[in-house]
Amino acid sequence: MSIDSRITDDLVASRIEFVTTVPCKQLAGVIDEIDKRAEIAHVPSNKEDEGMGLCAGAWMGGKRPAIIMQNTALGVTLNTLATLTQFYRMPLPMLISYRGELGEPVACQVEMAIHTKALLAQMHIPTYHFHDQGDVAELPKILDYTFMCNKPVAILTDASFWGGY
Amino acid sequence: MIRSEILKEIAPILRDELVVCNIGIPSQELHAIDDQPSNFYMLGTMGLASSIGLGLALAQPKPVIVIDGDGSVLTNLGTLPTIANNVADNYILLIIDNGSYGSTGDQPTYAGRKTSLAKVAEACGCERVIECSAEDTGRVLQEALEAREMTVIVSKCESGNAKMPVITMDPVVIRDRFMKAVEA
Repeated sequence: MSIDSRITDDLVASRIEFVTTVPCKQLAGVIDEIDKRAEIAHVPSNKEDEGMGLCAGAWMGGKRPAIIMQNTALGVTLNTLATLTQFYRMPLPMLISYRGELGEPVACQVEMAIHTKALLAQMHIPTYHFHDQGDVAELPKILDYTFMCNKPVAILTDASFWGGY
Repeated sequence: MIRSEILKEIAPILRDELVVCNIGIPSQELHAIDDQPSNFYMLGTMGLASSIGLGLALAQPKPVIVIDGDGSVLTNLGTLPTIANNVADNYILLIIDNGSYGSTGDQPTYAGRKTSLAKVAEACGCERVIECSAEDTGRVLQEALEAREMTVIVSKCESGNAKMPVITMDPVVIRDRFMKAVEA
């Protein structure tokens, strides 16, 4: 089974029914897979903070949400994470492509990569880092944890995890 | 008419509906005029009322009315294509367009100058867009609820704010009672 199908199966098994995405080349396969699944409403957003707003509404409407995004956009979401997701205590799994790590061909991607974990730590966001493909085995438990504690939780997925660029 | 006068007039229409209300003075005014558990007050996060409301409308069948402002829509202009392309016929976006950033001292917005938010919404693909005067807002809103069709209303009104107290309710209480109203 492909890693994209496995991740999507885990989302469905965790009863995630609303997923918003902002694309990244590394996430293209999982976004395609999500789009095909009848169990998941896929609503692409134009910007990551907008997507977090959609997820907040979906959750209050009774659907478990998730956002799929790239780490370079973490900066534009900080206010939303603090004043919406965290302030109102809402769960939000964030599946994030961790651009700018080993193997990265684009120098500019490194500029946000070096801030990614520090920003997440500063925001007190529980953070998991998938480096080897086997790390995906933790995804179901991370999703359970997110909806148990009603917090945003980050899952960073680097180039080694996705098998290179 | 200013925003608070519109809110007073439409309060009886809003009372039984799920309402997502924009940050700052709009939420303070609605809270003071007619606080309801079915009102979700935004205490921060400028610009996201329309997105929260759309997520809510897509997730469940009850009508959702979003009370937004021209400044907040300009902050999150990417919301309009998302609304247009993910049609929820239980969704009404009411943009109270007073041409100013009311909560920060009534500085002018571009919507009060050359930019037409109704035309932007149409260009983004929104199919039912109605621009109306402040005085007609209640009628247009009632018709939108009856139409059961996704509607964007741009209500043109005067700039100005009513002096209302800050909302001190805990955000988790606002959210919890709102979710119970959604489920009820």
